[in-house]
Amino acid sequence: MTPVPHRVRSRVRETHDTWTLELESLAEPIRPRAGQFDMLYAHGVGEVPISVSGDHEGALTHTVRAVGAVTSALCSLEPGALVWVRGPYGNEWPLAEAVGRDLVVVAGGIGLAPLRPAIRHALAHREDYGVLSVAVGARTPADLLYVHEIEAWRARLDAEVDVTVDAATPGWRGRVGLVTKLIPGAPFDPENAVALVCGPEVMMIFVVRALVERGMPASRIWISLERNMRCGVGHCGHCQLGPTLICRDGPVYRADEVARLLEVREL
Amino acid sequence: MDPETRMLPGEVRVFDPAGLERLVEALVEAGYRVLGPTVRDGAIVLDEIASAGELPHGWTAEQDAARYRLRRRDDDAMFGWAVGPHSWKQHFLPARARLWRAAAPAGQGPPTIEEEPPPERPLALLAARPCDLHAIAIQDRVLLEGRYVERDYALRRRDAFVVVVNCGVPGGSCFCASMGTGPRAERGYDLALTEVLDGGHRFVVEVGSARGAELLAAVGTSPAREEDLAAAHAVTDEAVFRMGRSLDTAGLPELLAANLEHPRFAEVAERCLTCGNCTAVCPTCFCTSVEDVNDLADGSAERWRVWDTCFSIDYSTIHGGSVRRSSRARYRQWLTHKFGTWVDQFGTSGCVGCGRCITWCPVGIDVTEELAAIRARDGEVDRALAR
Repeated sequence: MTPVPHRVRSRVRETHDTWTLELESLAEPIRPRAGQFDMLYAHGVGEVPISVSGDHEGALTHTVRAVGAVTSALCSLEPGALVWVRGPYGNEWPLAEAVGRDLVVVAGGIGLAPLRPAIRHALAHREDYGVLSVAVGARTPADLLYVHEIEAWRARLDAEVDVTVDAATPGWRGRVGLVTKLIPGAPFDPENAVALVCGPEVMMIFVVRALVERGMPASRIWISLERNMRCGVGHCGHCQLGPTLICRDGPVYRADEVARLLEVREL
Repeated sequence: MDPETRMLPGEVRVFDPAGLERLVEALVEAGYRVLGPTVRDGAIVLDEIASAGELPHGWTAEQDAARYRLRRRDDDAMFGWAVGPHSWKQHFLPARARLWRAAAPAGQGPPTIEEEPPPERPLALLAARPCDLHAIAIQDRVLLEGRYVERDYALRRRDAFVVVVNCGVPGGSCFCASMGTGPRAERGYDLALTEVLDGGHRFVVEVGSARGAELLAAVGTSPAREEDLAAAHAVTDEAVFRMGRSLDTAGLPELLAANLEHPRFAEVAERCLTCGNCTAVCPTCFCTSVEDVNDLADGSAERWRVWDTCFSIDYSTIHGGSVRRSSRARYRQWLTHKFGTWVDQFGTSGCVGCGRCITWCPVGIDVTEELAAIRARDGEVDRALAR
């Protein structure tokens, strides 16, 4: 639980407020799996839980949105700067259980970050899965993460990748509308698919509903939840959602196991 | 050691009030930092003691919802009271503790993190209550027995010597008999004392461990006679019937899980100040936050762990705001966690029936009353929440 020193190897600006950092360990390397998170500590400022957003060899990849003091400090770190990291914590996307099935990935906003390693895994092990159907939603075209990578995914003949924005801006020629609208037409077999969903909580609730309406059992839909986390290891109590501690038992949950909890206001 | 004085776990001995002084001396002698009850600021609190003279002899405390008053007893009982505002978590999981410090980043290599050194002396708890032992076991479950060990807690907790004192004078807020956590300790102690006043002031002591036996040898005791054993058991047997409160615990986790939208939560929220007193005095509440501080002069940084409370609006804040904005939601979190979801999370109830949260609630909210009210109207739904 003691942070491990890392250096920023590279920093890439994704949007006006979001940056992707590659971190190189100066001691023991941390090797997270898709869906897990690390606690990133900006020296003297504070520590936050951030999902793993990449799978680069020898480096940790985290995509951080500057919304508070700590995330702003992290996003302003130049290559070579010090970052402390603890982890990996939490569970992972059920990529092994999905083998042999269609894989449906639905991302909203920064929710694409924790899904990116899962998508990359599926593309790298393409023969393990049936249809690969990816739906990406963002508020505006300027909020889209990993644009070049999404374009590369869309260029592949063995993946269905669709993108939509809630509100278009001049020059946008793509789809406009909520990401839930992509689900009825997505080319997967609901009888034999596994879905991975991440985004704002209300978006996930509606995506699960749309997937269930397509005929998927909620037990094959997985969502990644967010709550306040201070320790990451089940000791501080902050990330409780009813009977579960999200840092310890999640962040990835089967939708049917938490659906009832998400319906309770302010739980 | 003289075979005459060699004792074994399970053995029962007796010593007189002077023996208590020798017990404190023996603990100090053995290298422990001895913590025990003492009277200060109108309450029986837990602090370091150097002699049995500092114990609250001749004192008791009246307790009820939002009420605690020290009273003189008409005898010299040392332990004629139940529990005070302090619990042992203040020593195992202090309200503020520095976890580590790191120098400023400079030069090529990264700064090293220096973790806090372990305490110099292990703790000896003198006069922990049976409910307190259960509370310690619950915190152990959370902080030591999961996948990750809380280092600071583990170091403070390590080698702690426990002298439990069985309860003869339950408080008006006590309900350990309902929770199955008292008034007699079954395990988890080195020595278990029962203070007997009838037929001569004396302490009947049960040996719970080899080191307990070793320590007791230095105290000077005599073998317990039949009437000593009977008198000691009578103390706790009678205490069962003098609990100030009781709680029907049948199916509590299920009851609460099924009543998350119960109207009682809005009703109690009209009284609840969300001050967090209940979580501060609760011996099992373990929630903490992290404070990262830095020294502007030299750029060094420190990490502190501080108590937090689920009654704070910041407790559940994520980007976009607090998850539990209403005091209704925050009271519900406390009550349903303590008596319900704690079982899902850690395989044990989070309540030991010590009653501290009832006594120290400034508006006298009583968990036993709240739970009974929910049970009495099981299944009712707050219409304001229907959607």
